[in-house]
Amino acid sequence: MTSKDGGAGYRLALLLILSLAVLALAIAAATAIGDYNIPLATVFHTVTNRLGLTAVELPRIEESVVWNLRLSRGLVAALCGAGLAICGTILQALLRNALAEPFVLGVSAGASTGAVCVIVLGIGAGAVSLSLGAFAGAFAAFAVVALLSNGATSGPNHTILAGVAASQLFNALTAYIVTTSANAQQARNVMFWLLGSFGGVRWPQFQLLGAVVLVGLVVCLLMARKLDAFTFGDEDAAALGIPVASTRLILFAVTALVTAAIVSQVGAIGFVGLVVPHAARFLVGPLHMRLLPAAALLGAVFMVIADIASRVLVTQQTIPIGVVTALVGVPFFAFILYRSRPQS
Amino acid sequence: MSVIADNLSWGVKRKVIVRNVSLAVETGETLGLIGPNGSGKSSLLRLLAGLKRPDGGRVTIHGKDIAGVPRTQLARQLAFVQQNATTDTNVSVRDVVRLGRTPHRSALSGWTAADQIAVDEALARVGMDHLDSRSWQTLSGGERQRVHIARALAQSPRVMFLDEPTNHLDIHHQIEILQTVRNLEMTSVVALHDLNLAAMFCDRIVVLDQGAIVAAGRPEAVLTEDLMREVFRVAASVAPSPHHGRPQVLLRAG
Repeated sequence: MTSKDGGAGYRLALLLILSLAVLALAIAAATAIGDYNIPLATVFHTVTNRLGLTAVELPRIEESVVWNLRLSRGLVAALCGAGLAICGTILQALLRNALAEPFVLGVSAGASTGAVCVIVLGIGAGAVSLSLGAFAGAFAAFAVVALLSNGATSGPNHTILAGVAASQLFNALTAYIVTTSANAQQARNVMFWLLGSFGGVRWPQFQLLGAVVLVGLVVCLLMARKLDAFTFGDEDAAALGIPVASTRLILFAVTALVTAAIVSQVGAIGFVGLVVPHAARFLVGPLHMRLLPAAALLGAVFMVIADIASRVLVTQQTIPIGVVTALVGVPFFAFILYRSRPQS
Repeated sequence: MSVIADNLSWGVKRKVIVRNVSLAVETGETLGLIGPNGSGKSSLLRLLAGLKRPDGGRVTIHGKDIAGVPRTQLARQLAFVQQNATTDTNVSVRDVVRLGRTPHRSALSGWTAADQIAVDEALARVGMDHLDSRSWQTLSGGERQRVHIARALAQSPRVMFLDEPTNHLDIHHQIEILQTVRNLEMTSVVALHDLNLAAMFCDRIVVLDQGAIVAAGRPEAVLTEDLMREVFRVAASVAPSPHHGRPQVLLRAG
């Protein structure tokens, strides 16, 4: 919509539709592939049946596996990929740092401390309180960062340092609690949780993350122009009429909220939030009105494929998703780094 | 009067950086701010552009106190060009200039014909229209500064503030940039280091020392041998240039 000629607009629309189709296909594949494979037709008809569009006779167990287990998992993977990619894009722009990613503000460290408090210290046990604990920890860490960086008004480097301090503090707390109070089983649970997992994800997680990621994406799109104005730094943004302090604080809070929600449900899945924004920038350029949707779609597709890989790479075993995102992501990232190297 | 500063003061902690500065910029004139390092040029410029809030005093632009004007509205009237603002992002020249339309656009409004005209004109006025698809990263220092000025122009401002726009440029490009600013025939306030260039291109000059104004007026009235000795701490003679009649500073060794 902001392109000089209509042709670029059509190309973007085409790209959008095409990548949505790819995403749908990836989710369908994720639903079909598993410990035993289910035909794509069954997947398709399960969805149309449930939506009330068709009434095709299907094997009860397969339909149940598709609907109750795999589809929700695939969709949650897509939401997490999209959410982390959006957060990474926003933070890279605001902090003007190519290394920024969703966990740079200490959110994942805080979440793990919160989760460990629930697992080890038993502060209100159960799956719901684990998520709540992680969420509370994530926001505690964000509050520390906001406080240390004067409500995020002290400039990018200051904010990054505050994030490093908060991460160190909360990681130390986590390690302290685990070493002093955890038994072997609890330590394993913590480890598993820290590496991230889509196991056990169902429709309630989809509803929660769907709402949070959607709100995050809408807020960020409304602020896309403001993000562009940060290209030459905070003072330049101010000279272009951007209320810098409030814009930064709102966007930091949105990224903290989205990241905390994701981490509280599936753990800290690394790499996606760092790499996908760069890949998206490479594909559609740096303007946020198109970069944000592109990053969201790319992140979603990437995460769904990584989840498939985590389930099929080793038979009868699921590799932690964080390991796969890095294994799949690094070669891809290496290619982009190679292609965009300085030409001098 | 376009821009009026009334008894401005500003400081960090206990250190006063700008003290009791009052000045007036007339519509259409190019006002130069000169002074030694740490004299408060940059801070004063930011106070005038509304990028810093004064501790005391006020700035009025076209009769309105800017303290009460929202940022976006201010950015439609005032443009600010930083020294050496750069980015790692791979943006095109046209994208950078389009940023200048930010204060004129709402969150979701489309790109209008007026936006397009403003950007095209701004690019043409700094002579960068033929390079509009070039990547920012490939530009030379002088070209980058011209693009920044184009971006400021795309804001369609009534007043422009430039903070040492010629920094790190060779002499040819220094003159080219200041010529561009002068030819804009827009009210502009320029902080400058080079006294001879300030004398050549500014209608009036304000000299700052330790945050206060020590001299103000036409270049030939302000740039004196006494001022060179007392404010800039150099021995120099000042004489009108045979080429353009403006005063030029000739330094003596020691």
